[in-house]
Amino acid sequence: MSELLRLDSVACIRGDRLLFENLSLTLNRGDALWLRGPNGAGKSSLIRLVAGLLRPTAGTVARRERIALIDEASALDTELPLRRALDFWARVDTVDGHTVDRAMDEMALAPLAEVPVSMLSTGQRKRAAMVRVIASGAPIWLLDEPANGMDDAAQARLVAAIAKHRSNGGAVLLASHFALGIPDLAELDMGALT
Amino acid sequence: MTALIAIFWRDLRRAWGSGALWLPVLFFLLVASAFPFAVGPDAPLLRRAGGGMLWVAALLAALLPIDRLVRPDKDAGVLDQLAVRGFADEVIAAVKIAAHAIGFGLPLMIALFPASALLAQDTPRVELLATGIAIAIPALASLAVLSASLTANHKGGSAIGGLLVLPLAVPMLIFGAGMLDPSGRGAIKLLAATSLLLTMIGPFAAGAALRGLRE
Repeated sequence: MSELLRLDSVACIRGDRLLFENLSLTLNRGDALWLRGPNGAGKSSLIRLVAGLLRPTAGTVARRERIALIDEASALDTELPLRRALDFWARVDTVDGHTVDRAMDEMALAPLAEVPVSMLSTGQRKRAAMVRVIASGAPIWLLDEPANGMDDAAQARLVAAIAKHRSNGGAVLLASHFALGIPDLAELDMGALT
Repeated sequence: MTALIAIFWRDLRRAWGSGALWLPVLFFLLVASAFPFAVGPDAPLLRRAGGGMLWVAALLAALLPIDRLVRPDKDAGVLDQLAVRGFADEVIAAVKIAAHAIGFGLPLMIALFPASALLAQDTPRVELLATGIAIAIPALASLAVLSASLTANHKGGSAIGGLLVLPLAVPMLIFGAGMLDPSGRGAIKLLAATSLLLTMIGPFAAGAALRGLRE
């Protein structure tokens, strides 16, 4: 089964506003789709809808595999050192410490392992959230503005992580208001939908 | 299962972290030491009224940390991340109730003994108080998590939370304090029944409230 995610004529209403309707898409193994568009176009709502955090007003969302999500909240305990905060999610995802080690290396966060999360910058927190996504081992990645606050080096690591995930048979749904320079990327312009 | 244990320990660590463990203890002892100043040092009067006072204090101690039970997790995105991983909201609510029951209940049971001494409670009454409050703790935790879930979207939620919970907790207050009356020995069964009912309803009601937070 190469299909990981399928949306069939999905509509979403937030407040009293129709964000999009009749939206259908499929993500197969190795696919990546860039949701682009201006603020308020419904990129984040679509991500939350796919994640199952919102119910579609119409249509169906079928997820064939586990999901990992990045959104605006980092969901890391600010009072803990970074490594312990990530270890909590490793236990929830039942992955071992080596997996977290490797993911931290991939995002170049190993030197910050003992730093409390509250001391980390926005970009560093995004990288930490990315570590959680990588370590979770989920085949479907939902990344809502993952590069916000990241410097060029971190963005390059993000792009590399996405490429590695795709080559391992994962799929990525990416919402971003700017291009990240990911090769072989499908696009969906949310601004042009309504 | 390891995941649920991890969530339980995280809640407990956050409840007891940075000295918060002593909050219900301190609150309890404050009430117990202030009460004699207010009604006078008359031992028989203190003995009669003190038991009920401790019940009221226990109820309020359960509501003290309402602000910290759900809202920080919602704001930090922890609840969303757990939902994405497929945990049912009812299960998350049940784990939160269990962690809160231990988190405030254990220190409360310990604080009960010095507080009882301050209010001139004799040994049989202390035993009744300890039994009754131990029975009520799961229900109090359940109500606290429920109102924390219902008010997590509101600023100043703890004040509304108190108002929400109080009517539901009144039967436990009546039966719990009623146990102390020599003529009220059936009260313990009614207390246990009420507590069981509230404890069972809690995860489902709080789970529905957690789901509502996402809409």
